[in-house]
Amino acid sequence: MGDLRLPRYARDPDGTHPPLDYAGYGSTKLRHPKQPLVLLPQQLTEVTGPLLGPGRLGELDNDLTRQHAGEPQGQRIIVTGRLLDGDARPVRNSLVEIWQANAGGRYKHTGDRWPSPLDPNFDGVGRTLTDDDGRYTFTTIKPGAYPWKNHDNAWRPAHIHFSVFGTAFTQRLVTQMYFPDDPLFGQDPIFNSIPDEKARQRMISRFDLDRTEANWALAYQFDIVLRGRDASVFEDEEEEDE
Amino acid sequence: MSTPSQTVGPFLSIGLPWEDGPEVVPAGTPGAVWIRGTVSDGAGQPVPDALVETWQADADGRFDHPDDPRGAAGNGFRGFGRCPTDSGGQYQIRTVVPGAVPGAGGLPQAPHIDVSVLARGLLHRVVTRIYFEDKDNSADQVLALVPEDRRHTLIATKTEDGYRFDVRLQGEGETVFFDV
Ligand SMILES: [Fe+3]
Repeated sequence: MGDLRLPRYARDPDGTHPPLDYAGYGSTKLRHPKQPLVLLPQQLTEVTGPLLGPGRLGELDNDLTRQHAGEPQGQRIIVTGRLLDGDARPVRNSLVEIWQANAGGRYKHTGDRWPSPLDPNFDGVGRTLTDDDGRYTFTTIKPGAYPWKNHDNAWRPAHIHFSVFGTAFTQRLVTQMYFPDDPLFGQDPIFNSIPDEKARQRMISRFDLDRTEANWALAYQFDIVLRGRDASVFEDEEEEDE
Repeated sequence: MSTPSQTVGPFLSIGLPWEDGPEVVPAGTPGAVWIRGTVSDGAGQPVPDALVETWQADADGRFDHPDDPRGAAGNGFRGFGRCPTDSGGQYQIRTVVPGAVPGAGGLPQAPHIDVSVLARGLLHRVVTRIYFEDKDNSADQVLALVPEDRRHTLIATKTEDGYRFDVRLQGEGETVFFDV
């Protein structure tokens, strides 16, 4: 068997992703590996990945405001953007999953007990597929900020959790989308765990007047960029014409 | 310019689990096994709010994916498993042991499953690989990169209905994690 020609996924520049050991975020203390990571040369298993399609979706999964008989409380928003690889190519037909707190900052989770009311009309869970341009769209409500126990008077800035796959195991990404000009950024260790200032800003959505719907909803734009690939020979070049 | 990673946080279980997530293959599939294990932290305590995801070739070592240079298998093999940990930190995946997958230089890799672990307290997923104690792992080029005294952390042990693969995020017997 000859060498396999495989795409290779570029490593992100230092500072793009958070360190696993981050003192400001207390939960990392007992959960970060202390041994160095072993560099894994990308092989077939790493450059392929799950391609999860339409079978995963229900009809109203991309509209979090219509999943119950009544409407949820809060500011209705449209969240839209494109899933792209590092070469700005759209990632098509790809599953995007989100989850979030309600307008008062409370998750519909048994572990979330802070005294802000649950909303019987809001689950805070959405799924959709990207289209041929890599675009996804959700209708939801703007999540509230919520307190947590990380440090004295700690509050998470409003955010929506995003999960995306791309087309390769190397591209798997879970992130959080933030809102412009949140006054809570300064004290949030999760947001600030990203060393590179410009990378950190890429997690903040942009208010998008063009996509607002009159008398209905505000809109935010959030593009998600995954690692790019460059076609290259995986191993030493084989002799030509073999 | 890539979007940064952020933790899944403590409430991932409202959004990410699927009913059939742990079922890479349907019940009754010939050769189906359960891979079960516990995710634990640096104090040896179970991690009850983690998500374990798996990615693998089918029993013939093929991927149903366009970037498999041998051609997509075309058999609809999902290859993907996903299971949140329970209150005892345990996860389970029903799958088949993958076949050997070609690696560098066309040499076969030992059967393996790629794993992502996501959790509160993990700002970025951690990645590891499952190998199998009853397969020949001696020539695997990835295992060879791992210090010999830590290789055992990547090798699932036989159980009655499959294999056991524990993940220790930190400390004694810390699992080997990879930079992919
Ligand atoms: Fe959150």
